Amino acid sequence: MMFRILNARWLAPQVRWIEVEAPRVARHHKPGHFVIVRVRDGGERVPLTVASSDSKTGVITLVVQVVGATTEVLCSLETGQHIMDVVGPLGKPTEIEEFGHAVLVGGGVGTAVIYPQAGALKAVGNRVSAVIGGRTKEYVIFEKELGEYCDVVYPCTDDGSYGYHGFVTGKLKELLDKPQEKVGAVLMAGPVPMMRAVAEVTRPYGVKTIASLNPIMVDGTGMCGGCRVKVDGKMKFACVDGPEFDAHQVDFRELADRLTSYRVEEKIAWDRLHGEHECKLAEAERRCASQ
Amino acid sequence: MSRPIAGGRGDGIERRACSPATAVAGEQGTRQWRVMDSGENEEEQDMKPSERMKIARQHMPEQEPLVRARRFTEVNQGYAPTTACLEAQRCLQCKDGKCIKGCPVGIDIPAFVAAVSENDLHKAADILFAANVLPGVTGRVCPQETQCEAECIRGKKETPVAVGYLERFVADWAREHRKDLFTPPPPTGKKVAIVGSGPAGLTCAGECAKRGHQVTIFEALHIPGGVLVYGIPEFRLPNFIVEAEVETLRHRGVDIQCDVVIGQTYTIPELMESEGFDAVFIANGAGLPIFQGIPGEHLKGVYSANEFLTRVNLMGAYRFRDGEADTPVMRASQVVVVGGGNTAMDSVRTAKRLGAEPAILVYRRSREEMPARIEEVKHAEEEGINIQILTNPVEVLGDEHGWVRAVRCQRMELGEPDDSGRRRPVAIKGSEFDIPCQVFIEAIGTRANPLLTQTTPGLKVNKWGYIEVDANCMTSIRGVFAGGDIVRGSATVILAMGDGKTAAGAIHRYLMNGK
Repeated sequence: MMFRILNARWLAPQVRWIEVEAPRVARHHKPGHFVIVRVRDGGERVPLTVASSDSKTGVITLVVQVVGATTEVLCSLETGQHIMDVVGPLGKPTEIEEFGHAVLVGGGVGTAVIYPQAGALKAVGNRVSAVIGGRTKEYVIFEKELGEYCDVVYPCTDDGSYGYHGFVTGKLKELLDKPQEKVGAVLMAGPVPMMRAVAEVTRPYGVKTIASLNPIMVDGTGMCGGCRVKVDGKMKFACVDGPEFDAHQVDFRELADRLTSYRVEEKIAWDRLHGEHECKLAEAERRCASQ
Repeated sequence: MSRPIAGGRGDGIERRACSPATAVAGEQGTRQWRVMDSGENEEEQDMKPSERMKIARQHMPEQEPLVRARRFTEVNQGYAPTTACLEAQRCLQCKDGKCIKGCPVGIDIPAFVAAVSENDLHKAADILFAANVLPGVTGRVCPQETQCEAECIRGKKETPVAVGYLERFVADWAREHRKDLFTPPPPTGKKVAIVGSGPAGLTCAGECAKRGHQVTIFEALHIPGGVLVYGIPEFRLPNFIVEAEVETLRHRGVDIQCDVVIGQTYTIPELMESEGFDAVFIANGAGLPIFQGIPGEHLKGVYSANEFLTRVNLMGAYRFRDGEADTPVMRASQVVVVGGGNTAMDSVRTAKRLGAEPAILVYRRSREEMPARIEEVKHAEEEGINIQILTNPVEVLGDEHGWVRAVRCQRMELGEPDDSGRRRPVAIKGSEFDIPCQVFIEAIGTRANPLLTQTTPGLKVNKWGYIEVDANCMTSIRGVFAGGDIVRGSATVILAMGDGKTAAGAIHRYLMNGK
C-alpha cells in the first residue's frame, strides 16, 4: 500500500502538518484514535497522532515532531510524495461525556491529540477550555483551530514570550482554584513529565483526569506487548486497553523510563542519517560489553 | 504414464529413478541415476517391500551448529534429488495409508511419495498442491513426528518415512522449476472476506479460490504471512518461502490487502453489509502475549517472545547494525528465555544468533513435558543453548537505571498430575538463585485478542475470549466462520491450516446451498 501526501507544511520548528490520503482510516477515525505509520521499506512502525480526519474526502492529518531518524525522514516528505504504510484507526476512542466544564491540556505535539477531543466535547454540550503550552511562542500550535471549538484557549510559554508565563500546570491550577470554573474533567496529552505534573496538580481536587499515553509500540494491535504500562498497579497494553487512562492511576515514572529503552539505538539511527554512524556504533558496542 | 503433464518435458527434468540395487543404508553420493522409460517405471512400482525395508532413513543435511548459531540462514539444507528418491523408496505404499489420517489437511502422502520415487516431480507437486497450498511452509514447520510420521507403519519398528523432508523437497523443486499450472475455475460470483493472512487464512483463501469464489484477505500488518513472517525465524522458515507461496495464491486470484485491522478499520458487520461479502472467515491469530505477572516485568530488557521475534523477523532488526532496517532490538551478552514451546526455542536460538553467550532457556517442568518439537530442542542444544528444566523465574532484577541485570529463579520438582495430565511442578523452598542477564524474554503463551470480538455483536466467545464454532467452523453468526488460534487458543501452523481447509469446504456449501 502507498499513501499519498496531499499537503505537508511546517507548523512550528520541527513540527510538521501532514495531510494523507487514507480513506479507510478517515471513515472510522474518532478522537483519541492513533495510527501506525511505516515511512519506507525497511522502516520502523511508529504510532502517530491523528489531529483530524474527514470521512468525505478520505483525508487524515498527522502532526509529527522530529524526535529521531524515522520522524525526520517522515517530516522530510513533501506534498505529492508517499508514505508506505498507514494503518488504523487504532486504540480506543476518547470517552466523550458531559462533564459540564472540560479542560483540555496540550503540550507540544500533544496539542494535536486534544484538538479533535475539543470538537467532540463541545458537540455534547460541554463548556470547553484548552490550556496549551510551548517553550516559546513559535512552539504553541493549534491555538486558532482550538478556538473554533473552545470557549477559551490559554496559550502558555515557558519563557513568557506569549500568553501565560509558565508551565501549563500553573494555568491549570488557577482554573481549578476558581470555584466558578467548576472544572468537571481534565483531558491531556503531551510529554510524560508534563502529564505526570498535571496528574499531581489535579489529584488533590479529585477532578477526573485522563491522559493519552505514548509508549513504544511495534504492531499497535495488542500482539507485541511492548506498549505495556502500569495503571492502578496492573499491566495494561496502551494499544488495545488505551491509549487513554485515568492519569491518577498511571505509573508515569515507569512510562518515562521505558521510553528510554532504545536511547542508544535511536542515536545510532540519527547519526547514521546524518553520516556519523561508525563511531557511535563503537560506543553502543562498548555499552553492550560493559553490561 | 497416461496422465498428460502440463508444461511438458521442456523443463529439462528427465524422468529418472535411482536403482534399488544401489540403495544401501543411508549412503549417498556415489549412486548413478539411470534414465528410465515407462516400462522401468512399472518395475520401480514393483520394488519389493524387503528391498524398501533395507533403505535407512535419509539424513537431512544441516548447517554446522557452531556456524549456524551465528547467522540467520536456514538450518536444514534440504534433500538432494538422489536422497529424496531413496527416502521415497522407503515408503511401503500401504493400501490404506494411515499417514493420510495423520495429516490435518489430508495430503495423499503415499501417492506423492510414490511420484518422488519415480522422480516424477510434476506429479508429486500436483498431488501436494491439490491438498496443501503452503507445502514449502509445512514441509519445514509441521510437527510430522506427531502427525503423518507418527502413523507411518515403518515407524512402529524403526524410523518412519521422512514425509516432511520429502514434502519440503517437492515444494522447493516446484518453486524453482515450474510455473503454477492453476486454471481458474468458473467464477461463482460469491465474495469471501478472510481476516488475517496467517496459515489458516492463506489456506482458506487458496481453497475458496480453487472453488471459484472471489477472495479478499485483510491483513493488519504491512506484509502478509502472519505468524509465518513475524513469529517463525528465518533460520527455520525463510520469509522468501512464505512470499513465494503467497505469490502463488495471488496468481490464483486471491487479493491481499495489508494495513487493514478488522475490528478497527472495518467491522465484521460492515464487511457483510456494506462491503458486499457473502461470507467471512476469521483467522486473526493468537493475540496478546501473556506475562508471568512477576515483579520487574516493566524493566528495560524484558520482552514478550512476540515482541522480540517480531522485531527480529518481521522488522529485520538483526540487520539494524548494517543500516538495512530501522527497527532496533536489544542485544545482550546474556539472555534468559522462559518457556518450553517452539516459540521459546525460536526466541532463545534467535538471541544466540544475536550474540548472547550464554543463551539460557528455563522451563518449569521436565524435558518430557516440553511442548517444543524434538527437532527444535535437538537443534537448540547443538547450537549451545543452555536448557535448565524444573526452573521457574520468580522476579526480574534491575539495576539503578531500570535495566535488567538478572532473573531470580527457583528450582521445581514434579508433584501430582494436574488438569493437563502432566505432573504439576512444585517449587522447592529456599532454592532461589539468580541468573545474570540483560535481556529476559517471556514465551509462555498468548490470550485472545479482543479487537475483533468486541466490535462484532452476536459473536459468541468462550470464557477466555476465543471464538466458539461448530464442526464446520461456523460461528454464532450465519456466514461468519473462524479458525486457527482465535478458536483454538494456541496450536500449530498445520492445525490452523486444517481449520482453513475445513472452513473453506463449509463456506462453499454455505454459499452454494445456503447451508
